Amino acid sequence: MFSRAYKTVVTVPPLAWVTLFLLLPYLLMFCYSFWSVSPQQTIVHSWNLDNYKELLQKTVYWQTLLRSMWIAARVMLFSLLLGYPLAYFLSFYAGRRKDLLYQMVIIPLWVSYLVRAYAWKTTLGYDGVFNTLLQYVHLTSHPLNFLLYSPFAVVLTLTHIYTPFTFLPIYAALEHIPRNLVEASHDLGATPAQTFWKVIFPLSIPGVLAGATFAFVLSLGDFLAPQLLGGPSGIMISNIVVSLFGAAYNWPLGAAISLAMLVIVVGLLILSERLEKKWSFS
Amino acid sequence: MSGEATANNNPRSRGLLLHAAAVFAFLYLPIVVLILYSFNGQGVGGFPPHNLTLDWYRILFADDAIWDSVFNSLKVAFAAMASALIFGVPAALALDRAQFPGKAAFRRLVLLPLILPGIITGLSLLMLFNLGNIKPSLLTITLGHGTALISVATTEVFAGLQKLDRAQEEASLDLGATYWQTFWAITVPNLKLPIIGAALLIFTLSMDEIAVSFFLIGRDNTLPLEIWGRLRRGITPEINAVSTIIFMFSLVTIVLWYRLRIRAEGSVDVGTELTEATPSS
Amino acid sequence: MASPTTPAVSPAQSAQSAAKPTLLSIRNVAKTFGRNAVLRNVSLEIAEGEFLTILGESGSGKTTLLRIVAGFESASSGELWMGPDRLDHQPPYRRRVNTVFQSYALFPHLTVEENVAYGLRVAKRPGAEITQRVSEALDKVKMTVHATKKPSKISGGQQQRVALARALVNRPRLLLLDEPLSALDANLRRQMQVELKSLQREVGIAFVFVTHDQEEAMVMSDRIALLRSGELEQVATPREIYNRPATAYVAQFIGHTNLLKAEVKDGVVQCASLSWATSLPDGPALFSLRPEHIRLAGSGTSNVRVHGRVLQQAFHGATELIRVECSDGLVLVVRTASGSGTLNQVELEFSASDAVAVRESPERI
Repeated sequence: MFSRAYKTVVTVPPLAWVTLFLLLPYLLMFCYSFWSVSPQQTIVHSWNLDNYKELLQKTVYWQTLLRSMWIAARVMLFSLLLGYPLAYFLSFYAGRRKDLLYQMVIIPLWVSYLVRAYAWKTTLGYDGVFNTLLQYVHLTSHPLNFLLYSPFAVVLTLTHIYTPFTFLPIYAALEHIPRNLVEASHDLGATPAQTFWKVIFPLSIPGVLAGATFAFVLSLGDFLAPQLLGGPSGIMISNIVVSLFGAAYNWPLGAAISLAMLVIVVGLLILSERLEKKWSFS
Repeated sequence: MSGEATANNNPRSRGLLLHAAAVFAFLYLPIVVLILYSFNGQGVGGFPPHNLTLDWYRILFADDAIWDSVFNSLKVAFAAMASALIFGVPAALALDRAQFPGKAAFRRLVLLPLILPGIITGLSLLMLFNLGNIKPSLLTITLGHGTALISVATTEVFAGLQKLDRAQEEASLDLGATYWQTFWAITVPNLKLPIIGAALLIFTLSMDEIAVSFFLIGRDNTLPLEIWGRLRRGITPEINAVSTIIFMFSLVTIVLWYRLRIRAEGSVDVGTELTEATPSS
Repeated sequence: MASPTTPAVSPAQSAQSAAKPTLLSIRNVAKTFGRNAVLRNVSLEIAEGEFLTILGESGSGKTTLLRIVAGFESASSGELWMGPDRLDHQPPYRRRVNTVFQSYALFPHLTVEENVAYGLRVAKRPGAEITQRVSEALDKVKMTVHATKKPSKISGGQQQRVALARALVNRPRLLLLDEPLSALDANLRRQMQVELKSLQREVGIAFVFVTHDQEEAMVMSDRIALLRSGELEQVATPREIYNRPATAYVAQFIGHTNLLKAEVKDGVVQCASLSWATSLPDGPALFSLRPEHIRLAGSGTSNVRVHGRVLQQAFHGATELIRVECSDGLVLVVRTASGSGTLNQVELEFSASDAVAVRESPERI
């Protein structure tokens, strides 16, 4: 039905844009990771593996990477623990309020990341609301230090940011479960608890995987929260990359680390997709 | 399944309700604190807030740098919206109607910026612009946003295309209209709601975008970057005020978007579309 | 009208299966959704081992009634009793009742045999028993060869059998079937009707079958309960309901009929130019006369004769349906065997005893 001209016109411009602004940059980053920087702060286009060796050998790099993955893992876990029951409640128990509650969950999502991170910074600070409140009700006698400028603050803030993210695909998956399956399960003698574990949860697994992947991947690459709230102990791998592109001026090394991150992330996405396919039954 | 929804008197549903309430509290707590303290005379910190004042808002409105950054953000947002739509709508059409080598790869590639951490998109573009000797500026930021947000337009329009009745376009062609005429007379009007929804979303995401912008910034700041700069220097209560305003705008925009979605589809089908169209950090 | 302990019996109900004991007693059940009264005062006794069909148009409330028995809806008023136990207070997972859903509702993530085993697993039966009962059930519905497949890989008809096996394997006291054959094409449907009927005879469990297809109901049931706008119009065996319909609605819903408006005066029925003797009291009356009971006039043992002009002659295979306009404008539909040739002017006759007096069926808001 559609002529060749039509198909060419709709295909070529987007393809060109994507090649120029997505494919090319990634390729460039790939190339940079094999170059090095000269003492005069210029990029030397000699091809070597030095950057990768440095990444693997220098403890600060791979340790920070591991720490970042550990932070990301915790964010993923907590977002799931918060997001799943919420999604379940909305899907199966909320009745007429479902719509309103759903809007209430996605609103924080669209409120600027910065605003929310900043909000936690003020709340958790030394003179912040939380500390002064605790002292006001005499639960503590002096401000708690670990609240801010720590991995705890980063995990807390990122969990806050990504819980709605995790909620969305889980909610979608739960909504797609035909309600007559739940009735059938009850009909066959299963209590609501049994029905949840034997029918509802297995059918929601693709949503769980998608949400978990989002939370993990996006937390891993985050540099804003650590910079605002992480303190020296909360530095994540992206902060290192940022400095390498800034004051520490070593683009090739920064590119190498970014590429490593990219590989890990894409690997996880592929894994997640495979698992989702395996667990999808419609 | 009316049984479940009405059986709200057992420990299980009460437990779930409590959990839900707790999560909502967690999600809204910092925002509420922010809004409250934007009226606090003592500025940030201290409990309970007292000395309610509108001073911070007054200072905010007199702050030129903030206004400049707001206008910059608006310029970028509109430009990004335009380019994302101009390239995203054809992309959706291409995915729906054309077969070409690398189609699957193309689809993946377009979606990547939304799933990957913003730093990767930002840095790779920085390297590209550096290669082409293009200095960072509002233009580079616009290109960055446009690239990252094309897939928002593509996924929404693609979904709309699935609902479009092909026969209408066929009828138009049959009656003698050209492809171009058919596109504007039939296709676009049918895609009105997805396009507006996408535009709204792209606009909001662009206004809030910081991770990609971080690396592509020149002399002119966008609003998030302006706020970020001040945060690095220390906290001023003005920030509370501007954050509150941002929150209010986002609130209105998202409720609008949601209503549009409902009108377009009867219910919000929360599929991967939406989850993909979410801001990366 | 009813005392607290005895169920209300509407005048529309005729012959009960007095021979078999009562399994389920539905007493004065009503259900309102918002302002919509879907069921009004339904009372019905279901006997052990019988095949009862709840027949009705869409909107008659038949599915709602079924769901109330299954436990997915609660009645607005009324009671359900199974033996000495009050059923309507129990959640669905405690009732000894199983359902075959209209959409089958097979669990997509489980194989056929896991689906069938579900109820037994949930009841924590020993493994060996589960294996044995599942293979028996699959064998009965002839799905053994598909045991390890997932529902998405089998056809609609096959899914339906699995749904049946999944319900029956639990040996419920009552099996509910919600229009299970409606998604099947005509031939498969007829085949399944026969199979279902013999299956029911074999397992001896009471089946309550919901459908809107009156032919299906007639073929399969021991008794039919016809539901209209939330109330029972008539409960009787297929023969009864066909030959002795209680109301105009029943007469028209089941098979074809001629509805004759008549006036009774001094023991004589007068309908247009037709008349015959009757023992009915004076006043207006309504009669149902089946097309096959009107014959082309022949040897004449029948006592009512009329002359008419053929309007339309429709060929239906073994029989023909002929629309005849009699004097006074009365139109009769007649069913005869095919092969009478094209007819023009005909002489019709029927026995007065074949004209069954029926009540009016008033509009229900």
